[in-house]
Amino acid sequence: MKPLLCTVFINPNAALDLNLQQWDMLIRQARAANVLARLGFLLQDAGLWGKIPVKPLLHLESALVYFGRFYSSLQREIGYVHDALSVANVPLVLLKGSAYIMAVNAAAKGRTFSDVDILVPEDKLLEVEWALINAGWITSTLDPYDQKYYRQWMHEIPPLRHLDRQTSIDVHHNILPKTTEFCPDAALLLANCVKIDGQDSWVLATEDRVLHSATHLFHEGEFGQGFRDLSDLDLLLREFSGEGDFWEKLLQRAEALKQQVPLFYALRYTRKILQTPVPERILDAAGRQAGKKINTPLMDALFLRALMPDHASCNDRWTGLARWLLYVRSHWLRMPVHLMVSHLLRKSLRRVLGKEPH
Amino acid sequence: MKLETLSKETVVQTLKSQGLRLKIGGFTVCLSSSIPDVAAHLASLYGAFELVDEADFIDFYTSLESPSLLRRYFRPQVTFSFDGYFPFKPLPYDQASAMFEWGLNWCIASQSHQYLIAHAAVVELNGQAFIFPGVPGSGKSTLCAALVCSSWRLLSDEMTLLSLADGLVYPVPRPISLKNRSIDVIRNFYPEAVFGKVVNDTSKGTVGHLRPPDKSVGFGSDPAQPAKLIFPKYEQGSETSLTQLTKGRALLKLAENSFNYNVLGLHGFNSLADLVDCCDCYEFKYSNLDEAIALFTGMAQ
Repeated sequence: MKPLLCTVFINPNAALDLNLQQWDMLIRQARAANVLARLGFLLQDAGLWGKIPVKPLLHLESALVYFGRFYSSLQREIGYVHDALSVANVPLVLLKGSAYIMAVNAAAKGRTFSDVDILVPEDKLLEVEWALINAGWITSTLDPYDQKYYRQWMHEIPPLRHLDRQTSIDVHHNILPKTTEFCPDAALLLANCVKIDGQDSWVLATEDRVLHSATHLFHEGEFGQGFRDLSDLDLLLREFSGEGDFWEKLLQRAEALKQQVPLFYALRYTRKILQTPVPERILDAAGRQAGKKINTPLMDALFLRALMPDHASCNDRWTGLARWLLYVRSHWLRMPVHLMVSHLLRKSLRRVLGKEPH
Repeated sequence: MKLETLSKETVVQTLKSQGLRLKIGGFTVCLSSSIPDVAAHLASLYGAFELVDEADFIDFYTSLESPSLLRRYFRPQVTFSFDGYFPFKPLPYDQASAMFEWGLNWCIASQSHQYLIAHAAVVELNGQAFIFPGVPGSGKSTLCAALVCSSWRLLSDEMTLLSLADGLVYPVPRPISLKNRSIDVIRNFYPEAVFGKVVNDTSKGTVGHLRPPDKSVGFGSDPAQPAKLIFPKYEQGSETSLTQLTKGRALLKLAENSFNYNVLGLHGFNSLADLVDCCDCYEFKYSNLDEAIALFTGMAQ
């Protein structure tokens, strides 16, 4: 059975027919999926605010108050990051949640997160890191192996944490680890960045924003926020689909950036789970583009479970297994086997020796 | 229907199966647990609370269980879950019922931004709510326990819920958490006081929970008008002394003692400003409970 949360995300008016017990379930699923504030916005936008029973309304209002606070703190934080980067003469390119919020995308609604993600050219990493250190951020890990792991193989440096504000920033030079087969050319991403109106900061081009969201979700190993991320994609796609040749450009761009497979999954599962209006011909073309290697029935069995809200009421007996298999898959995709084996061995050995938190 | 109308056996069984659904002030809470101490805690301290119907909306689904089969037998532990989310690390098994109280505090403080939530006890007499903010060790819970044992109404011993909508204080009457020597102080002060299991060696020392007066619980979710804002400080051997506090200072002190002042921003500031406008604000030093109660009872006439 489709979770109530999916039903209401597809058609907010369905909330009008809910009894109090169903509202109870809707709020639980939304909170577990970290979309309580987003649900509030959807119901507000649909003009239903006055028709929500008082008990669930209090939870939605409370989540919106919290989001309001998050939103203003984030604006301030991004200002600080901007000022630090301008010292290094590097433009501020925001990724993911920060990008949706600053570019005022529909996916900004109710979107909370803990790190500001930015993209900088790889050859500027050192300067950017120093600029941030001078502005009060320090590295979150002093462990030489972790440092090496990030710097040698990953698409980002170890997260930096601000000494006073305890805020966290992830500095990326690409959107996928260098060790993956599908790692795109970051210069292409930077070349197409767009400036946000009236601000001195930048975001990825619309197609690239979708592709980054897709590649993040479908290479990911943890699905606690899977539904929220899928909803991001749904909102981005609905918003951008109004631009004339968006779908065609999206397909072309996926090819150029080697993101055909995640794009196919993104289109397939937003359509299946949230009824995103993806044109049939685009979905077919994305499937052809992704190649014949995809075992669609298997991936359906895994993703249609893992992408549900992370609440007991949305699980079946196979959900746990599906999430575990996708976790293993994420490591598989992240690096070649010999690297992965030595990395995991090393991690478990250090854990046994008590050198690493569990 | 009240919890005390259920047999002990039914309480145990309901906790183990679908969960026990309680009305606590304006909140509805569902608790599941197969831990015997938790059932005993509810049976002895929550008797006067109303049960909530199956068809009703539940604000907080909570459960207390052992984190793993192993941890049921080897150095047993308990963990608190808010509908599948675990906000805390596990605690030793015999702190299960205290963990329920702390866990529920967390649920309310983190999910109820329709209120400004101050870390303060609040009690009422003759329609006037007295608010006692305080850091741990200031003696606010002891003072609060002594007042409610002297026929004041308990709204909360731990969190004052100040509505952003109407400026009134909303109740969450719960068992009063007393620590260390306060437990015996209240036992001597009011021999009829009913306590749950007293647990040693928690992070807060020895902790015991005092059953809230049935009459306070019976007020349900009726709010009260704030009248006095009093910052208490227990000091051994001190004279009872009440000193006026400027409103600006009182506002800042209360902001420091709030759980969600930072979340509410301007609304938080405005609601605190309205609160200090309608309250007399004091600092209060005491060591003698009888004198304290006589003083406050006089002020509430």
